[in-house]
Amino acid sequence: MSGGHSTYSPKTGIGRWIDARMPLPRLVHDSFVSYPVPRNLNYAYTFGGILSIMLVAQILTGVVLAMHYANDTTLAFQSVEKIMRDVNSGWLLRYMHSNGASFFFIAVYIHIMRGLYYGSYKAPRELLWILGCIIYLLMMATGFMGYVLPWGQMSFWGATVITGFFTAIPLVGEWVQQLLLGGFAVDNPTLNRFFALHYLLPFMIAGVVVLHVWALHVTGQTNPTGIEVKSKTDTVAFTPYATIKDGFAMVVFLAVFAYFIFYIPNFLGHPDNYIEADSLKTPAHIVPEWYYLPFYAILRAITFNIGPIDSKLGGVLAMFGSIAVLFVVPWLDTSKVRSAVYRPWYKLFFWLFVINAIFLGWLGSRPAEGAYVIMSQLATLYYFAFFLVIMPVLGLIETPRRLPNSITEAVLEKNKSGSAHPAGATAAPETRG
Amino acid sequence: MKKILNGLAAIGFLLAGTAGVAVAAEEANHAAEPTHFPIHKPKEMDWTFAGPFGTFDKGQLQRGLKVYKEVCSACHSMNLVAFRTLEDLGYSEAQVKAFAAEYEVQDGPNADGEMFTRKALPGDYFPSPFANSAAAAAANNGAAPPDFSLIAKARGVERGFPTFVFDIFTMYASNGPDYIHALLTGYDEQPPAGMEIAEGTHYNPYFVGGKSLAMAKPLSDGQVTYEDGSPETVEQYSRDVSAFLMWAAEPHLEARKQTGFAVMIFLVLFAGLVYATKRKVWANVAH
Repeated sequence: MSGGHSTYSPKTGIGRWIDARMPLPRLVHDSFVSYPVPRNLNYAYTFGGILSIMLVAQILTGVVLAMHYANDTTLAFQSVEKIMRDVNSGWLLRYMHSNGASFFFIAVYIHIMRGLYYGSYKAPRELLWILGCIIYLLMMATGFMGYVLPWGQMSFWGATVITGFFTAIPLVGEWVQQLLLGGFAVDNPTLNRFFALHYLLPFMIAGVVVLHVWALHVTGQTNPTGIEVKSKTDTVAFTPYATIKDGFAMVVFLAVFAYFIFYIPNFLGHPDNYIEADSLKTPAHIVPEWYYLPFYAILRAITFNIGPIDSKLGGVLAMFGSIAVLFVVPWLDTSKVRSAVYRPWYKLFFWLFVINAIFLGWLGSRPAEGAYVIMSQLATLYYFAFFLVIMPVLGLIETPRRLPNSITEAVLEKNKSGSAHPAGATAAPETRG
Repeated sequence: MKKILNGLAAIGFLLAGTAGVAVAAEEANHAAEPTHFPIHKPKEMDWTFAGPFGTFDKGQLQRGLKVYKEVCSACHSMNLVAFRTLEDLGYSEAQVKAFAAEYEVQDGPNADGEMFTRKALPGDYFPSPFANSAAAAAANNGAAPPDFSLIAKARGVERGFPTFVFDIFTMYASNGPDYIHALLTGYDEQPPAGMEIAEGTHYNPYFVGGKSLAMAKPLSDGQVTYEDGSPETVEQYSRDVSAFLMWAAEPHLEARKQTGFAVMIFLVLFAGLVYATKRKVWANVAH
């Protein structure tokens, strides 16, 4: 995969025989053993590895759950409870899968924020970034359809509300909505197609992940300094250095994940989803899963008409726009400096963006009334301003701090000035630049 | 690290500030016509099944089952719970068989093509008190009493900010039983002057769906006879039936927490070993 010279030399006869015919071991060796990574990667860079094990865990638990699940509106809810009560370790599989979705999103949000902080999307990594955005979109679709499968009240009403967005699209909206639903309302055909797609999309994600990793191995990783690798001293071999560091981060991440599974498995869910779907009873507040809440807040923030666009279409456009804008980030950022470590103003606006995104999430869980609407509008404004105004303008007017000449120089400088600090004890990104 | 902490603190202050404004706005509405429910948050109770080593109190579950059977089951079904699982409550196989035999279930068709009723077996599920949900609604003023199989997980009062953050660390997961207990013991409070209570409904400031509900006060002191000498009070009945419903909703709770402890020990030790290895690998590389 890597463009560089291969250092793989098979030691056994069988190894040479395979290498001459189908050099898969060479590919693995070049990609995950000798592949050079910057020596100054911090723990923020371990989430790519964490995400790949989360994807595998979700697929494995999901396949087993699918063996016990019945995708029929009259059976779905009971079949999930059968898994929880009667299937051997079924409760564990199901809690792993439902909390796994949440932890998948926690990891992907940290991964995206790391990319935004260190400017990982900048040339020549635009395609790498865009592939990541596609994975994120696929994840959102998968998560949404998966939440419908247990056929609880929030499953049903969440599906009703979210597919309802599509009716806002002029001309084709109703047709698109009916295509998604397989009818005029959420019903058995909806559940059937969502189950089929929920099973399909993770494999599409896996496919795009291969492209994502391929693109990564062509350009190489960024690093906290944002300076490209210039010499061999700037890098270390992927194995053992990155593997062991990623491994440690994975175990810590899994420990937090396990804490939720075993002690507070329903903390991230909604009680209403333990009530079977009832098309005649609307829940008091319909809320999506927590990981969609910021976008839900943006959707509901547009309460006014803009010219010919009514508030409903406006909200839908704003919501899709908030994700679409991610795709063009590489061209919105005009700064010549990649990493926020050397951009004092960008760093400030970045952390404000993070706070704002969490705030939007909280607003998404509130009813859309009174002061919450105005707060949502202000937060939505900052969300878009960060990408559309701050990113392009700041790059032109900001004076960056002095950049080191190379990764090695940055590392040596830090080790000289900083007191002897334990290797990698913390994950503070900016102090580890 | 310090900067990250500062950042987190800033997030905390910002969120706390906005939440404060919102809460103040909400409280201003509280008068004779509240708009947010429940009017009172449920009291947090001490449950034996809470916390990392929580286990069910079998005596309590048996008492709770008795309350369910003699009181609640007149209106509330529990159709995801099989009699065989009652062995979890400390009953023997024979006792479960005898317990099931007190119920009649419909079976069939037999060889003549007829449906028939027979005594329930341990493999059967608790039968519903009504033939279908329409019959249940018709007999109860138009509102079908909810099924109880999952009620302890299907109810829970929103905790609000910042409590929900602390809940992660305190492992608070008793929203359901706390709510059920509060509701069952909350009927004696009188509505504030000026509040109008709809005909046929009953004021309860702990009800999550409004100021009053269709169900009348279901429990009264001395209603259910306990053989183990526990107090025969509404308070005790409410606790026992809440605990029982938690078991009904999450029968593998104990196994979950016990497995969890082993998994956490393993992961923490493994993390330590991996960390030590990581330090050794990176010892001679400045980074």
